[in-house]
Amino acid sequence: MSDRADLEIIASLVPEGSRVLDLGCGDGTLLAHLREHRGCRGFGIEIDDAKVAACIRRDVKVLQLNLEDGLSLFDDRSFDVVLQLDTLQHLRHTENMLRETARVGRLGIVAFPNFAHWANRVRVASGRMPVTRALPYEWYDTPNIRVGTYADFEVLAGKLGLSVLESFGIQRGRLVRTLPNLLASVAVFKFERT
Amino acid sequence: MPLKRDTSPVSALAVPGFVFGHTMSSIGPVAPQRMHFAEPLTLQSGASLAGYDLVYETYGRLNDARSNAVLVCHALNASHHVAGTYEGQKDSEGWWDNLVGPAKPLDTERFFVIGVNNPGSCFGSTGPADLSPVTGRPYGADFPVVTVEDWVDAQARLLDRLGITQLAAVLGGSLGGMQALSWSLRHPERLRHCIAVATAPNLSAQNIAFNEVARRAIVTDPDFHGGHFYAHGVLPKRGLRVARMIGHITYLSDDAMEQKFGRELRAAELGYSTHDIEFQIESYLRHQGDKFSEYFDANTYLLITRALDYFDPARAHGGDLAKAFAAARAKFLLVSFTTDWRFAPARSREIVKALVDNQRDVSYAEIAAPHGHDAFLLDDPRYHAVMRAYLDNVAAEFASPPPGRPKAGEIPSGDRPAYSPGEGQS
Repeated sequence: MSDRADLEIIASLVPEGSRVLDLGCGDGTLLAHLREHRGCRGFGIEIDDAKVAACIRRDVKVLQLNLEDGLSLFDDRSFDVVLQLDTLQHLRHTENMLRETARVGRLGIVAFPNFAHWANRVRVASGRMPVTRALPYEWYDTPNIRVGTYADFEVLAGKLGLSVLESFGIQRGRLVRTLPNLLASVAVFKFERT
Repeated sequence: MPLKRDTSPVSALAVPGFVFGHTMSSIGPVAPQRMHFAEPLTLQSGASLAGYDLVYETYGRLNDARSNAVLVCHALNASHHVAGTYEGQKDSEGWWDNLVGPAKPLDTERFFVIGVNNPGSCFGSTGPADLSPVTGRPYGADFPVVTVEDWVDAQARLLDRLGITQLAAVLGGSLGGMQALSWSLRHPERLRHCIAVATAPNLSAQNIAFNEVARRAIVTDPDFHGGHFYAHGVLPKRGLRVARMIGHITYLSDDAMEQKFGRELRAAELGYSTHDIEFQIESYLRHQGDKFSEYFDANTYLLITRALDYFDPARAHGGDLAKAFAAARAKFLLVSFTTDWRFAPARSREIVKALVDNQRDVSYAEIAAPHGHDAFLLDDPRYHAVMRAYLDNVAAEFASPPPGRPKAGEIPSGDRPAYSPGEGQS
């Protein structure tokens, strides 16, 4: 979600004045954006030392925690929105993290690289793993340990009892509502607990 | 938590400080000041401390709005001498000199920094070695039991006298962090930021156990004389040495100790002796114990470890820390160190949770420093980057005061003395 246009698309999903928890908030860019443009407040969670310091420098409230340890720090529905952007694919306990997201937030917003984007399919069909803008790593050094597709997430959401309120793809900063599983490199889902 | 870090092997692990192009320089020569308080201090125990002195140091300049003051609270065996050096005294750097000074994270060119020696200590403020106004003899074991809350109240009185209504921040590590937390609960309107490093919402049973072993070592020293050793012209140094050795073990991580000492022998061969020093770690601990027993007061050690034991702001709220922190108004920065097993990160996370539950502003850094509890005194660059970033924002708040912020003359202050920093040394 480093791209400005991607960031603004995601930000537009967050209701004004929300109390927000951003899981894997990086250097706090999105939280700062939400604070300044949508009057939101809340916390980021980040594990990386340099990114934690960067958040503090821009006065974004950040908690240095390992998401793999869960969200036991937070009560049920203690946030209006829990964001999980470009984070899902790095976590071992994906299912649990989604459950936790839906427990802690009234709304959950997830964005992750869509492995079924046509460019990835072509690359795999040619016999090689994709290396693209959304998936910029070689297979041997990727931090993405959970690669899934837009369609896969719909299935998982159903299994976890999450009702999807809105979903679309993003391709090069543009919203993709037609055939997102094929035409978008990033999948976005907004959901709540059923 | 040594007073001076001088040539301690631990500090050799620290990374030399050179940050953001600023050569780290000490603030230079400083001098302590003394203030007398005639009005007794009512203590948590119900007892009171009759007329007492507080010794303190200040660095930097208090701005006209009196909005740039930062109080630094000291831990077990430190003092008001936070930064700078004493003229003509070698190795006299303050205990947090790597953090506090010109262009350092707590920048004395922007902040007015105050270090206060707590009552009950042995570095100048009224303590057990001082004469009791009642008996005319040293207080000794009769010095009243003081708590973190009592210290905070004593510090608040000093600030009253300095004409400081609200602090930009209160900052402390370990026991000093407990004082910072206590400030946010006892005087919530008097600080804008609370920075608590390597601390805990209370001591665990294991922690109290370590303190108790240290206290028993002191109390059972034949030279202790029930705390009235001053009259006998002796010092319970054996007890203090052992107390310090135990403490030191708990301030270091297993890894740090292993890396520094391992199983290294002092001599080339085993001496087959049960009382001589064989391993370097023994030599190190004995050296630390010896040094400590030369300058630290035994009764102070008992008092301060007890203050640590007693600190438990949740106690008055049925053990509910979130209820305790409902009173807090400040913004918080909490820092812990992954290898600190004396004040483990999990304890800091309890505080974070209590603050999050109350929807307070809090940031939390968990630094993977290798040094154990002692890390809070060292200058790990990740740790100092977080402190610098946070304190820069604290400074930005008063650098361009928003319209409507009270000017100096408008701050209500009952008995503000004619005071300017750097004067009134005694």
